[in-house]
Amino acid sequence: MKALDRLPTSLRWMALTAIGVLALAVIEIITDSNGLTTGSQAGATLRWAAPIMLAGLGGLFAERAGVVNIGLDGMMILGMWFGAWGTINYGPWAGLAFGILGGALGALVHAIATVSFGVDQIISGVAILIAAPAVTRYLSIEIFADYDGGAITQSPRLESAGKFTFPFFAGGDLFGWKSPDMLGWFNAKDYPIVSDLTEVARGITFNLSMFTVVAYALIPVIAFVLWRTRFGLRVRICGENPAAGESQGINIYAYKYAAVLLSGALAGFGGVFIASPELGGIYQEGSTNSAGFIGLSALIVGNWRPAGVMAGALLFGYPRALGLRDLDGGSTHALLLVAALVLFAVAVGNFRKRNYTDTVLAGAIGGASLLWFLISDTVADWFIGILPFIIVLLVLTFFSQRLRMPATAGQAYRKGET
Amino acid sequence: MALAIELKGITKRFPGVVANDDVNLAVETGEIHAVCGENGAGKSTLMKILYGMQGPDEGTMHVDGKTMTFTSPADAIAAGIGMVHQHFMLAGNLSVLENVILGSEPTRSGVIDQTTARAHLIEVGAAYGLEVDPDEFVENLEVGERQRVEIIKVLYRGAKILILDEPTAVLVPHEVDELFRNMRELKADGATILFIDHKLEEVLEIADTITVLRHGQTVATVKPAEVTTGDLAELMVGSQLPTSQTSKSTVTNDVALRVENLTVLDDDNRPVVDSVNLQIHRGEIVGIAGVEGNGQTELVEAIIGTARASIGSITLCGDDITHQSVRHRRSGGIGLVPQDRHEEGLLLEAPLWENAALGHQMKMPFGRGVWFDRPGARDQTEMIRSKFDIRSPDIEVSAQTLSGGNQQKLIIGRELSAEPDVLIAAHPTRGIDVGAQAAVWEHIRTARADGMGTLLISADLDELIGLSDTILVMYKGKLVATVDPASVTPRELGSYMTGAAQ
Amino acid sequence: MTGLMDPLPKMTPSPSTAADSTQRRLLMALAAPVGAITFSFIAATIMLFIAGSNPFEAYGDMLGHASKLETQVSMINRATPLYISGVAAAIGFKMNLFNIGVEGQYRMAAIFAAYVGGAVALPGVFHIGLIIVVAMLVGAAWAGLAGVLYTHRGINEVIATIMLNGVALGVIAWLVRSWQAEGNIAQVGVGTERIESSGIIPNLSWIPETLFRDLTGTGELTGVLIIAIAVGVIYHVLLNRTIFGFELRASGLNPRAARAGGVPPRRMALTAMLLSGGIGGLVGIAEIMDKGRYNPNFVGGLGFNGIGIALLGRNHPAGIAVGALLWAFLEASSDILQNQGTAPKEIIDIMRGVILLTVVIGYEVVSRIRKRDEAARAAARLTESTS
Repeated sequence: MKALDRLPTSLRWMALTAIGVLALAVIEIITDSNGLTTGSQAGATLRWAAPIMLAGLGGLFAERAGVVNIGLDGMMILGMWFGAWGTINYGPWAGLAFGILGGALGALVHAIATVSFGVDQIISGVAILIAAPAVTRYLSIEIFADYDGGAITQSPRLESAGKFTFPFFAGGDLFGWKSPDMLGWFNAKDYPIVSDLTEVARGITFNLSMFTVVAYALIPVIAFVLWRTRFGLRVRICGENPAAGESQGINIYAYKYAAVLLSGALAGFGGVFIASPELGGIYQEGSTNSAGFIGLSALIVGNWRPAGVMAGALLFGYPRALGLRDLDGGSTHALLLVAALVLFAVAVGNFRKRNYTDTVLAGAIGGASLLWFLISDTVADWFIGILPFIIVLLVLTFFSQRLRMPATAGQAYRKGET
Repeated sequence: MALAIELKGITKRFPGVVANDDVNLAVETGEIHAVCGENGAGKSTLMKILYGMQGPDEGTMHVDGKTMTFTSPADAIAAGIGMVHQHFMLAGNLSVLENVILGSEPTRSGVIDQTTARAHLIEVGAAYGLEVDPDEFVENLEVGERQRVEIIKVLYRGAKILILDEPTAVLVPHEVDELFRNMRELKADGATILFIDHKLEEVLEIADTITVLRHGQTVATVKPAEVTTGDLAELMVGSQLPTSQTSKSTVTNDVALRVENLTVLDDDNRPVVDSVNLQIHRGEIVGIAGVEGNGQTELVEAIIGTARASIGSITLCGDDITHQSVRHRRSGGIGLVPQDRHEEGLLLEAPLWENAALGHQMKMPFGRGVWFDRPGARDQTEMIRSKFDIRSPDIEVSAQTLSGGNQQKLIIGRELSAEPDVLIAAHPTRGIDVGAQAAVWEHIRTARADGMGTLLISADLDELIGLSDTILVMYKGKLVATVDPASVTPRELGSYMTGAAQ
Repeated sequence: MTGLMDPLPKMTPSPSTAADSTQRRLLMALAAPVGAITFSFIAATIMLFIAGSNPFEAYGDMLGHASKLETQVSMINRATPLYISGVAAAIGFKMNLFNIGVEGQYRMAAIFAAYVGGAVALPGVFHIGLIIVVAMLVGAAWAGLAGVLYTHRGINEVIATIMLNGVALGVIAWLVRSWQAEGNIAQVGVGTERIESSGIIPNLSWIPETLFRDLTGTGELTGVLIIAIAVGVIYHVLLNRTIFGFELRASGLNPRAARAGGVPPRRMALTAMLLSGGIGGLVGIAEIMDKGRYNPNFVGGLGFNGIGIALLGRNHPAGIAVGALLWAFLEASSDILQNQGTAPKEIIDIMRGVILLTVVIGYEVVSRIRKRDEAARAAARLTESTS
């Protein structure tokens, strides 16, 4: 473990992921299930994680600027509606643009209420959560109900923005020439452990939707913006110490507005993603399924960093995707064992740090998970549904000292008050 | 030599007080100039005016010979003045580099030019002998290092005149040495430094010229070679001390409050209260003298129970309350007049009769069993209102409508009416008019005569000497002296308070 | 030392300030909600215009509908759980704690209560009593979980309650299937075992029927109204007449002063959450009594709307009642608008969101004006005494 700490961050994460995949492969053998590390599972994880990640990135921008945005779900709904409408009338990319605008519009309300008027950020978020579904329902009745294939709660089918396959890794086209499919070649050979890794790798490089590519490409972009640009630095000071920023001549209000609008835009993108053929294929009421809140969970678990949000989203998307494709329930059942092992590791870690209460707590929960695994044969999908929330609570319980929320998130800011 | 800064006749008034009264200050270019004075002497106001955070009512300012008017800190910065605040304006979760360049970031089409920024930072650091790691997160830095970052912040923007507001207040001795080393380097490179300090031995060590303020006026401008700490202390405190007015001694032999070896640690595990031993007898007023920030607040918190004592014990009338809850201590008979009535003493939006219950809601006449006795509370509040002369239309108005003096009278009234065994009074007459002040003192004396023990914390020497039976001096968390109010000299008291007599 | 400060003459309050200030306070208190509702009506009118409806026709329909006895009964029925939810949220707000988890708490409470209620057959009073007790205990426990996470781990109560909401929904989805009423394997959506009539709270339709006339249609005045009234009374008494209530309010107004005044911060926070959850558990009782069971289509959104109502009513027992009735009026109106084809009923939810936002903005603005006002008057008092 210590050796890993010495690697640069990106390599460390790749190494950890590889280890994780291998561990899952081992568990597959133990539990005699076989859905945990397939290529299609990896691809599905990517798709299911994307809206969560986008919502989480939205939350990231807002909270980094000191504004808590629990209305993300509402902004996703707005984005989903406007995205669907835009796609039907003007094509998928226009739909994306409209969806982003829709989400940003919801965020504008939040910004005006919280930044300009100092209304409590939670309350404003709740108001948006109440109002947004009503707005879209109303719009659906007025508009979608009149479309072919539409109804008052859903839109007609949406078209896709196109697919993308990585050249060389998975045989994608490169300016018209079909490149060799290296990973596919590996998979065909069926080497014992390496093939698990390559299967997963191919799953995330083959036949991805354009939206997926754009979404994940945002991660390095957002990281760059936040940490390498003037704009990003100023956004961050709003969340850490606005008084200091003010004393150095920064217009705090302006940057908070910008961050909140971006937050809505990203949530809107998430909404568009849900409606796109990648997941649902239509706008449907209720299909956000608390993705906004799960996105907030990813934000917390990801320690308010873009790559962390992605990791959190993948963590939550994985069981989601698994549950939907796991017809005999065996794979999701195996997750219980994974959970138990992780919790035991946490318990051991706490024991060595002499936190005995935490050791007992982690051990007990891990034991319960193990017990459940041994007693049952399958695990119901309701458990998959609540997994993200439980994980957040466990992370907050055991790892809160490692997490670093922006210092003034949630506090109203007024110019001149130090 | 040219004058970097010249302030002539600066006057600034606030409601009820003249903060600066015809103040003159002359700072030569390239010198280290100290401004000394007690709390309330007008130092911070003067610096705020100089830095453009406030405008003077009368008087003129000249920087490098040119007359200036500042409407905001930006003007002062443009004139080459940089201010290092006592409470740092830094974001812990950002790196040193980010904190320094914020607001003046070198960019290429929006992207921060890290190389240029870093180079400039290191250049500035090297030029003035200030070492910092640009990539370290501020929250990982020691206090002394953070201060260096604050200094670099102003130097990065080209300040040649630095104002340091009580820079040593948060430093331990070796960090103070570091700071002074840096200050000498800065001076050698042509900077002018103006700094506020009340620790006299430091001032004598580092300053080239010293200006003493008292009650908003310039009292003296001297060179360190000409004075001793005793002289300075006397200038700060005034040559006349009030005489003790407490006539007959009512001190008994019963110990109401005993504090033994009390130590309280701060977040960095440094002792802010350091092995304090004190006793308060029934009928005795023990005064604690000392400049604010030397541990008095934490001492009060430890005794009342809102801060944890790491080492030591506290005994109230024989009961060990060291680990007891605040509620237990309150119902056991400790009264509190907190130093900040708004933050800690009152529920501003609540009516007077609810405020009168705060801290006493668990006993009669406010509380009976589980029930809150509203008629009882109202009666009691009416009694307090008339006895303590609280000016308000009735007892239904909210506490925030009262003037400061009346708010304080309310708090005193509520605490004394509960007949505590021990009263902790922290700056009990701060910010109230003279009439109210005299009344408060009278009430405390009466309670004292009835056997109440009092711990009096105050920056008002009138109050301390006038009320206390004995005075303890607190400096850097320790009790460094015990003095008799009737016979202590200004020089002596001032010296103890400012650490001169070490 | 004293020579430098002019002795300030004694300050006498002007005789008009007392009456003045009460009048002013009342005006200020009403300004925000009245202003907000006006603004929302303007916004709704505009929306109706855009939608092609006639707003005045809509309002006419709404008011006409509301004047019918049946609608009024329906309004009270709808307001009842909303009121309880508002009080549950308000208890938390009084201590500056946001219990967003009422949403999950009331549903957990409801399914447990329905299950236990359906599993036993006791004489009337005990059966009903058992259901209520179970509901309160489960609601309190679920909120208490968030409370413990907050007091012992420092986890923000907003996050904890939101997460537990999510967990609750999942757990309930499982419980609904496991506790499926017997003999209904084919129909998945039926719900828990039906509660015997001994466990159903009798309705109060006899009151309007005696006072006015017989009710047409199937709407009965819910007996849970008694519970709601009891909750309101208990809330008022607890908050204003007990030491606990005093300490709760003090903690919300000024946590530092409360702490120095002997209020134990962690114990108070936990108790507040338990109380809030316990009351929150009662929110679903009306629906249980109405349907006789918990089914997968159980009414949702009562938690969030309760938060809105508590804010509208400024956490005051009577104010919350007004808010609940307003919300119920809007809901009842949505039906008539839909039926008459005047306007889509979604306009109501939009109005709710708009009202909520404008009201809280209004409160904020009023509060700032008031503070500036106070400061100006205090300064004026000081200067007039020094001049």
